[in-house]
Order: sequence, then C-alpha cells, then structure tokens
Amino acid sequence: MAQTVLHTADTRGAADHGWLKSFHSFSFAGYYNPDRVHFGALRVLNDDFVTGGMGFGEHPHDNMEIISIPLEGELQHKDSLGNTATIKSGEIQVMSAGTGVYHSEYNPDAAHPAKFLQIWVFPNKRNVTPRYDQITIDATTRNEFVQVLSPNADDAGVWIYQVAWFNMARFDGNTTKTYQLHKEGNGVYIFVLKGSLKVDGKEVNTRDGFGIWDTDQFEVTAGTDAEFLLMEVPMKF
Amino acid sequence: MTHILIVCANQPIAQTIARLIEKIDNWKAAIALSLLEAQQQCEIEVFDIALIGAGITDDEEQELRLSLTKQKAKTKVVKHYGGGSGLLYAEIYQALAKK
Repeated sequence: MAQTVLHTADTRGAADHGWLKSFHSFSFAGYYNPDRVHFGALRVLNDDFVTGGMGFGEHPHDNMEIISIPLEGELQHKDSLGNTATIKSGEIQVMSAGTGVYHSEYNPDAAHPAKFLQIWVFPNKRNVTPRYDQITIDATTRNEFVQVLSPNADDAGVWIYQVAWFNMARFDGNTTKTYQLHKEGNGVYIFVLKGSLKVDGKEVNTRDGFGIWDTDQFEVTAGTDAEFLLMEVPMKF
Repeated sequence: MTHILIVCANQPIAQTIARLIEKIDNWKAAIALSLLEAQQQCEIEVFDIALIGAGITDDEEQELRLSLTKQKAKTKVVKHYGGGSGLLYAEIYQALAKK
C-alpha cells in the first residue's frame, strides 16, 4: 500500500535576509528540523524570492546535483567553469557540483524580483567532474506530464547523476492523469506551484509538498487549474 | 567543545566549511587535505566528527574509518555534501544526535 506524507506550505522553514526570502521544505542552512531533512535523494527544495538587483555572491558547492527552475524574472549565472548565462522563467538549469565549483546568481533586473525553485538531489556518484547546463522547457503543453529532467543525457530535459525524473505539469481543473513511476524503489515528491490537487485522495494546495512511495503509480486530479512539479527520486540511495 | 575535522581535497571549499563551522559557539574546525593528513591529525588530536568532503574517495574514507577503529577513537565519520552552508549544520547536528 502506498505511503504518503503531506508538508503544508505553512510548515516550511522560512528565512528572510532582506534581499532574499526563502521557504525551505527541508532543513537548510539555519533551519533545522530533524523530521524534515530529506525525501529519499531529494535533499533541498527552496522556494526563493530575490529582490531586484540583488543575488547570491560567489560561493562554493561540491558533490550535489543542483537544479534551478525560475518561476518569474531572471537570474544571471557565472561559475568557475567559465559559464556565463542568463536563466529565465521557462528554462531549467542544472549543475553537478562534483569535486567543486564556485558560482554566483544575480537578479539583473533592478525593478523586478526573481522567483525560483532551488532543488538539490544527492548524487549517485561522488567527485565527478563539475558540469553546467541549461535548457528551455516546454511551457505550453497542458494536461500532460512534461519531463524536464532524467538520468539520461539523450532523454528529454536536463540530466543528473541520480536515477531521478522530474516533470512539470499544467492541468486544467478536473483533469485526472495517472503517473507511472519509472523505477521500483523510487518515490515522488509533488510541489504545487499554483492551484490545488488531489493525490491518492488527499488534498494538496498551493506551495504544499506531498510525498508518495511504495507504489508503482498514482492518480493526480486537479481541483482547480493547477501547476506543479513532480520529482521522482530513489527512496534509498 | 565539539572538534570537527574537515577531510577535503579542495582547499578553498575546506576553508569555507571551516569558517562556517567556527561561526558556531563551541565548534572548532581543523582541515586535512588528504587521507594521510587526516590520519596524522587523528593521531595527535581527538575529533568528535570527521566530515568527508570533495576529492576523498570511498576507499580513503574506509581507510580512515579503519585507522580510527584501530585507535579506538569515537570519531563519527560523516559524508559532507554541498560544499557550503546549506547542509553543513544539519549534517553536524544529525551526527551529534547519534549515540
């Protein structure tokens, strides 16, 4: 029988650094909740709001798969691999930090905030050569799961060093679809960006997170027009 | 005082982690840039935690565990992920909570 967990939006950790407001679905930086450390290999899900003209100065990472999905506005990326790029809503960025990479992320638009999801997944291989990639994702398809990340370089979306698949979805109200997991032992963490869903009979609202595992498929029904991200990750890694 | 040894081949990242650790009252950090340096430091100082960072292989981590066992040291060996402040404190709190 499927097991589930619901993390409502108001139970997330919150950090306000003035230029950065962040909601943490799992323990991060100064927010530590021993009952909310990870969902399988999914370790970080931060819902970030960066004031115009501000951003994250140069800082290091290692041994982590770091995925950023801008929701509004844009971010200017620079890293020690020599990449300089701007990433905006409708795109997805991935960094395999491996043996170590330095990067900065700034909101270049002084007049408007940038909102984005920062997601960290434990890698299945440590000390890889660091890499960076970004692509445009399909933002028009409705009522389907749109794959934006996988473990395979030749599959749709970006790829990472983990047996994980991410899908974005935009559902009209009353749409029902079945999600079929790719791999036994994986679970799915759903994060609702807008609207409300019913998953496995449970109501999941805007900015709630819902985890489901010990199943090979489940139904998602949109109660209203809804946008959400499904993150399928190994529960043991 | 909690003594934490950072075992990490990437010196700038090791220094960043050390700086973050020393921001916390009663936490003290030391750096080893290789397995050999870690083994040498563990012979002269007692560490509560050894954080295994970038560039240290699984075999080297096992060797360190073995040498700590031989010394009957109670050092907890923990893999560090992320290379900065994001996960660091949770990793240390979790290690300290384990008996």
